[in-house]
Amino acid sequence: MSEDIIELIKKNVIQGRVTQDDEGIDEGMVGQPGVTELIKEALASNVGVSDIINKGLTASMGVVGQKFENEEYYIPDMLASAEAVGAAMEILKPHLAKSGVKPKGKILIATVKGDLHDIGKNIVSILLRGAGYLVKDLGNDVESRDIVEAVRKEKPDFLGLSALLTSTMVNMEDTIKALKENGLRDKVKIIIGGAPVSKEYAESIGADGYGADGLHAVSVIEALNNHDSGVT
Amino acid sequence: MPREGILVNNPIERLSGEQVRQIHDASIEILTDPGLLCFNKKAAEIFQSRGAEVTSVSGSDIPCWHVKIPEKLVMDAIDSAPKTVTLGARNPDNTLVMKGDEAKVFFITGSETNTCLDVDFPTYVNKSDPEKEIRVPEFQPRRGMVADLCDSAHVCEHLETVDGYIRTVNIQDKDINEDNKDVNKFFACLNNTTKHVMSGLTNLKQLDNVVKMAEIIAGGPDKLEENPLISFITCLVKSPLQFVDDTTETFMEVCKRGLPIVVSSSPQAGTSAPIKEAGIMAQINAEVLAGITLGQLVNKGTPVLYGSVPVRARMDTLGDSYGSIETSQYNIDCVQMARFYGLPNYSTSGVCDTKIPGQQSSIERLFSDIVAALSGPQFLHCAFGLLDCNSVFCLLQAVLDDAHFQMIKFFLKSPRINEQELDTVKKQIREVVATPQKMFINYIRPVMRSGEISPPYPFEGDGHSDSVFALANQRLQELRARLVEHIDPDTTARIFREIPGLLPRLNVYKGGK
Repeated sequence: MSEDIIELIKKNVIQGRVTQDDEGIDEGMVGQPGVTELIKEALASNVGVSDIINKGLTASMGVVGQKFENEEYYIPDMLASAEAVGAAMEILKPHLAKSGVKPKGKILIATVKGDLHDIGKNIVSILLRGAGYLVKDLGNDVESRDIVEAVRKEKPDFLGLSALLTSTMVNMEDTIKALKENGLRDKVKIIIGGAPVSKEYAESIGADGYGADGLHAVSVIEALNNHDSGVT
Repeated sequence: MPREGILVNNPIERLSGEQVRQIHDASIEILTDPGLLCFNKKAAEIFQSRGAEVTSVSGSDIPCWHVKIPEKLVMDAIDSAPKTVTLGARNPDNTLVMKGDEAKVFFITGSETNTCLDVDFPTYVNKSDPEKEIRVPEFQPRRGMVADLCDSAHVCEHLETVDGYIRTVNIQDKDINEDNKDVNKFFACLNNTTKHVMSGLTNLKQLDNVVKMAEIIAGGPDKLEENPLISFITCLVKSPLQFVDDTTETFMEVCKRGLPIVVSSSPQAGTSAPIKEAGIMAQINAEVLAGITLGQLVNKGTPVLYGSVPVRARMDTLGDSYGSIETSQYNIDCVQMARFYGLPNYSTSGVCDTKIPGQQSSIERLFSDIVAALSGPQFLHCAFGLLDCNSVFCLLQAVLDDAHFQMIKFFLKSPRINEQELDTVKKQIREVVATPQKMFINYIRPVMRSGEISPPYPFEGDGHSDSVFALANQRLQELRARLVEHIDPDTTARIFREIPGLLPRLNVYKGGK
């Protein structure tokens, strides 16, 4: 029973089905339980949280990553699967502590002040949740002082800052300065992303990492999670 | 099921209805004043017997007649010419059905070049930084051979956007002569592609051998009539307004046999036609109508295509400038004239002035390919792989052209907008705006897998260097490695037994290629 339901979870993550209403990729899946329903069923059947995460969610994202590398899957497929994992983690969140499973890390993410563009930030959020991180999205057009307060309160491992405009990217630097002034800069790793910024810009404003696109952002955070040096 | 082609919903038109009528009237007037010079006696006699005013031209070195074609003969010919022409194929799934009143485009190769262009990618080292190396495509011209024609037909068989095949290479092997060129040319094409094959004829004496070969492949004369897997193209009218003796003879013989034929005219604005658009249009239309009229007089109802290959002269050399914008304008005008008569049109695009693949080649050919396709000709002779005003053929360019035509075909797909579609997307919009992230990404996947999203440019590199030629060359090698369905062994044996002049090295069942 436990293995059957984990296999189903795995299959539905690979299909990118969050709920029973989702189409997935194969024909005729609408109406069958999606990841949300299956996770609830697994918990009700006392399937171990660590098995759900390791054998179900993490293993299935490995398959999805392989399919992406083989050009069988594209970014929308990755996002759908990541979204399914993110939805699963939301349900599992209350059970993590007592099961002894620790999330990979906590991430705050925001589009900086003056900038309303949030597609990139949203994509990164979905992919990070799919990769097993707890993500708190602060939204867009976020003032530096609000980001500082959120860092103080949430104590995240990472802070992601996004901007699309050349006129708003400067607010990333202001935010980092504000964190320094409040003695919080060393408490959090900062990565930046967005069309006008670059690795060089990240270095120049004192960020720890630069994500060229959604998948790259995830790999940069994974690298920073394992190492502690320089702009990645 | 015949090939689908691509239907152009609202073909672009440059001429108003009144302008079409004015060109028609001018052409009709030209056909009687000044009329045409005819260097073919039989054709002159046919015109005379059907009421045209024909007079012998005195003082000419070679026999020549002055032919004035009355409007009624022309209008009767337009009336009797089939409005639908079917071009068959060795594989019936590759049949092309061309309706004069339907702007459905088929993309076909052409024409016949003397020179083939090979490509190599030598490595160059940066003098100031010897660690830095780049591979640069270099092109080497050489004489075209029958093996090149086989190779070209083979690759075009596998190019998705190629609907039919006009022989691309003039075969110039040492053992090819006037008496065996046609049979070898047609066999090389027919044995390496299952698509429709069109060619000109070098020697009229070979016509019956070529037709017999096609009959053997089709399964008999009746089957060839049902499935005309070969067709012909002739320039019987040389601009301005002259019926050429030998091509007119060939044209009439093909018409007698009822096989499809293109009546092609290729005036050059500035030299063999007036430089002004009104002038070249009135003249080319008159020339094509004269050819169609002769064809219908020879064999009423014989299938013909209204063929147009107009071009503007270059101002620096007075050579052809197929890359000129006016050339595309003339072509589109001709499509409109053919549609006015309800006749399927053979139009031209993609011919460039430059001698090698590169930026100029891409710009010139893509411009004319797009505008010509949008005008909705039925038979778009679109110069797959041709360079240097149709005198050079390069398979690498043909592979690049295939990518262009994939884009054009995608662009020409009909818009999918209807009540059901709008209801679906309204539901999506309502659902998405209610979510925190407000993104439609979840809805991409089924659309992506249904083929409704255009693919990226197939030869896209890493974005930092241009690797288009190298990637296209990889694709070319992949296509070459794919198998082709040759004519079966028994039929091949019969062809080699009954058709004289075939080169033994073309028999794939006896070690040939």
